[in-house]
Amino acid sequence: MSTTADRPAQEFKVVGSRPVRHDGVDKVLGRAQYGADVKLSGLIHGAVLRSPYAHAVIKKVDVSRAEAAPGVFAAITGNDMPVTAPRLVDMMEEVTNLKWASERVMAHGKAVYRGHPVAAVAAVDQNTALEALKLIEVEYEPLEAVISLEDAMKPDAVIIHDDLVGDHLGEKVPHTNIAEHTRTEFGDPEAAFAEAAHVLERTYTIARAHQGYIEPHSSTAFWSPDDKISVWTTTQAPFGVRSSMAAVLKVPLSDVRVVPTEIGGGFGGKIGLYMEPLAAVLSRKSGRPVKITMDRKSVFDATGPGPGGQVTAKMGVDKDGKIVAATATIRYMAGAYPGSSISAATAGIFACYKVPNVRIDAYDVVINMSKTAAYRAPGTPQATFASESLVSELCETIGMDPMEFHLLNAAEEGTRRPDGPVFPRIGNVACMEAIHNSDHFKSELGESPDGKLRGRGFASGYWNGGGNRSSVTISVNDDGVVSLVEGNPDIGGTRTTIAMQAAEVFGLPAHDVHPTVVDTDSVGYNDLTAGSRTTYASGQAAIEAARQVVEEIKKRVAMIWETEPENVSFEDSVFQNKVAPDQRFTFKEAAGKLGQTGGPVSKTGAVNVRGSGGGSFAAHLCDVEVDPETGKVQILRYTAAQDAGKAVHPSYVEGQFQGGAAQGIGWALNEEYYTSPDGVMQNASFLDYRMPTALDLPMIDAIVVEVPNTNHPFGVRGIGETSIVPPAPAVGNAIADAIGVRMYQTPMNPSRIMEALANKRNGKNGHQG
Amino acid sequence: MHPFIYVAPRTLDEAVAVLEQHGERARPFAGGTDVLVQLRGGRFDLDAIVDMKGVPEATTLELNGSLRIGAAVPCYQVYENSAVAAAFPGLIDAASLIGGIQIQSRASLGGNLCNASPSADGICPLIVHSTVAVVRGPQGERRVPVEEFCTGPGATVLERGELLVALEVPAPARGFGAAYQRFIPRNEMDIAVAGVGSALTLDTDGTTIASGRIALAAVGPTPLFAAKASAFLAGKPATPETFAEAGEIASTEATPIGDMRGTAEHRVELVKVLTRRTLAVALGRAQANR
Repeated sequence: MSTTADRPAQEFKVVGSRPVRHDGVDKVLGRAQYGADVKLSGLIHGAVLRSPYAHAVIKKVDVSRAEAAPGVFAAITGNDMPVTAPRLVDMMEEVTNLKWASERVMAHGKAVYRGHPVAAVAAVDQNTALEALKLIEVEYEPLEAVISLEDAMKPDAVIIHDDLVGDHLGEKVPHTNIAEHTRTEFGDPEAAFAEAAHVLERTYTIARAHQGYIEPHSSTAFWSPDDKISVWTTTQAPFGVRSSMAAVLKVPLSDVRVVPTEIGGGFGGKIGLYMEPLAAVLSRKSGRPVKITMDRKSVFDATGPGPGGQVTAKMGVDKDGKIVAATATIRYMAGAYPGSSISAATAGIFACYKVPNVRIDAYDVVINMSKTAAYRAPGTPQATFASESLVSELCETIGMDPMEFHLLNAAEEGTRRPDGPVFPRIGNVACMEAIHNSDHFKSELGESPDGKLRGRGFASGYWNGGGNRSSVTISVNDDGVVSLVEGNPDIGGTRTTIAMQAAEVFGLPAHDVHPTVVDTDSVGYNDLTAGSRTTYASGQAAIEAARQVVEEIKKRVAMIWETEPENVSFEDSVFQNKVAPDQRFTFKEAAGKLGQTGGPVSKTGAVNVRGSGGGSFAAHLCDVEVDPETGKVQILRYTAAQDAGKAVHPSYVEGQFQGGAAQGIGWALNEEYYTSPDGVMQNASFLDYRMPTALDLPMIDAIVVEVPNTNHPFGVRGIGETSIVPPAPAVGNAIADAIGVRMYQTPMNPSRIMEALANKRNGKNGHQG
Repeated sequence: MHPFIYVAPRTLDEAVAVLEQHGERARPFAGGTDVLVQLRGGRFDLDAIVDMKGVPEATTLELNGSLRIGAAVPCYQVYENSAVAAAFPGLIDAASLIGGIQIQSRASLGGNLCNASPSADGICPLIVHSTVAVVRGPQGERRVPVEEFCTGPGATVLERGELLVALEVPAPARGFGAAYQRFIPRNEMDIAVAGVGSALTLDTDGTTIASGRIALAAVGPTPLFAAKASAFLAGKPATPETFAEAGEIASTEATPIGDMRGTAEHRVELVKVLTRRTLAVALGRAQANR
């Protein structure tokens, strides 16, 4: 289903259609090459010894027995890694300090999270490598693990990094676990609260949640004797891996070639370095290509989930329900190294509303768990659980319909986002209207036949999306088929959506554009596949390249027609002489004449798309049924409406809405790192890290709202991430509607629901503020 | 993974001999759905795996009023046997619940018992059916009531060289009904937060409970036979009030811990609820069996 806003839509031939994806056959037949499928001549296999302690001094690592074992080619420790000086590198969704990037992949003298690599071996096969790990002797001196905000932020906290200098509102503060404290202020919230008709303040706790991609990390590296390094790895950021590899290993950037493999899901979690440098150093020592693949436990223990934390949010409204002020304090646990998306959380927490007076404090706090990574709309689902739960409770307090409240206060074109930027044309209101007009909204919730409790919840959400640098090269073949070379690993169907934008320019069917994702030596620079940027920004590079191709072919046919290129028009895939209209070539005919008119045509669109992806808003509606005897929550019905600007491939857009909603429902209901007091994750498997299965979800209805993005030639917005933002509060608000108790903590699992119901019977409320 | 030998004996004596030789470094192996996962997870190393699927006594399913389930008979053979399914719906509740289709094609109720997980779905229904475990070892055969088989998480009464041959389930009496339910937060793929198996036998009047048995999963170090709640049922009317009271008593027999799967408090509540619910299902089956 699709709704289009007022402006007359452009006419499209390819964009908006639903061709079969270019990589579909390989994936259906199991031929696609994922990280662990890489096979090279002479390949040997690595394994990583990981710290059993969340926080420990490493007094000694002795790999000599492992190194001497039959079948073992090499063993390394932190001493084999070049020591890297502190330097910040901006990876778009993550800012990385190279010293810490190096220490994170291999401990130097101290383990700061459970699963922290301490040594690695490479052997003839994986079992030999794993057995050799048992021969490595490590002497640890365990330290107190800091795994909660409270312990990390208290005045006499155990300090994780001696060299961390915190930035607290611009002041440099040594000896702290608080890496950053930022504040965004506008107007005078205190004065506004004092005059508000109603003010509500609540504190919400959000669990750390993993992206749960199906493919574990796998990296293969070969360090050639001429010091050229090739890396095959499952990553969203081949160019980022190239630059951080070069820096961490202290080699020239252009000596590293990164080949991105097919990727079995990333969701932000496959941006940073993990085993790539270890495989490279093992390769240098052994002279062989080395592959290292994580098992699931290592993925949970040692890669980056989204941060957990605590958010205190406060909102005041006047007698009509208009927001007069809002404040928030966001505290995220970044894991063992700084960087937990607090700026995106600040941008997102109140973005759906007009807030005239605002203050947002945000803290980035290190703890002894693996460093968090970007996870789909990084930092924003957590903050929005707070703001949208608060809004729902506030509406209940003042007796106002939540939808009416949202519409009364909705951010629109010209509204200043609380952290500064002014919104261009956005689909915030259009999404709410789409929900309002949906069959779901108009349907009755109904009664449970067996005494269960039903409820309905609503929440909205926002993610800005990024632009940045992309390069796409298009070459025209003699038969009029076009090859398109790009550098963004395809995690969401972007091969096809980029190809479709080029096809639109050419007026060709989508399948006459052949897209290939290539290595870092074979295409110009591309920022990572993240931030909802790929279809939006690399699509613009493709459009740019395609337009250059058209201009060049105009010159060629002008040559044949002995006229000026300005006299050549190109429409509906036909070049025509405006002066002599019977002179015409289809694109395919013209392609066959390039050899005679000056040689091959190959053009690169290299863009640096300024500004955002236009911002994609969403509104979600959720029906739940709660068993008050067991605490079990069943999602009965779920509708996600989101602004796509213009959906390039509507099936993929719907898939992104559904996938994000499914992940968000997982955060809401059951997903969490269940951790012992000494920092050991107890549920590091898909058995006990409970993501929703197909049986736990209804078919999620996706409503594609299309309010064109003025920053994109076709009106496209980046849409991959917003869909994970509203689900947790939508589910929480539905649960509150069902059982009459508010939940202030994720996951809202059965034990917590039972506790909340017991508290209600005993007259206690669950909130902390 | 430590290298191990794979032995596929044809007789019980051969199997016992290998197990006796290697002691704790060997394990009998049916579907392998627990042992292989535990080996790969590094929970223990083995020198030998003894595949029981070539041993006739361990692979036959015999229904002759009573039911004898070979220790290596996969779950699907139990629930797909329509005569067994009709006579023992309480067992089928578990056999069809353990894992998905692929797992059920390998996993056995005998293996489920030997794995001795406190949360095993297969054990409570066996207990409430008064099942006897037939054990073979160097000293010959012995018979152990299932509720005495597990001694702790992952620990059983099996001694060096001993293996489980079969499970003997008595023929259900007229008026007997049983049921098993577990609670999981999702609808699949989960280990029980709590599970309850219940059985009752109706008196000839059809409304009084002659005897009952209740067993609890995931609320103690082993699956528990709830002796007090079971004894309470005898002579009581088969009513929701009786079932609720049995649930209250059963909950006092539970000794749960709180962990990643649920809090101790939640588990106690679940015992009450699941006892009530399984007794109600068991009653329906008992009435149909008169």
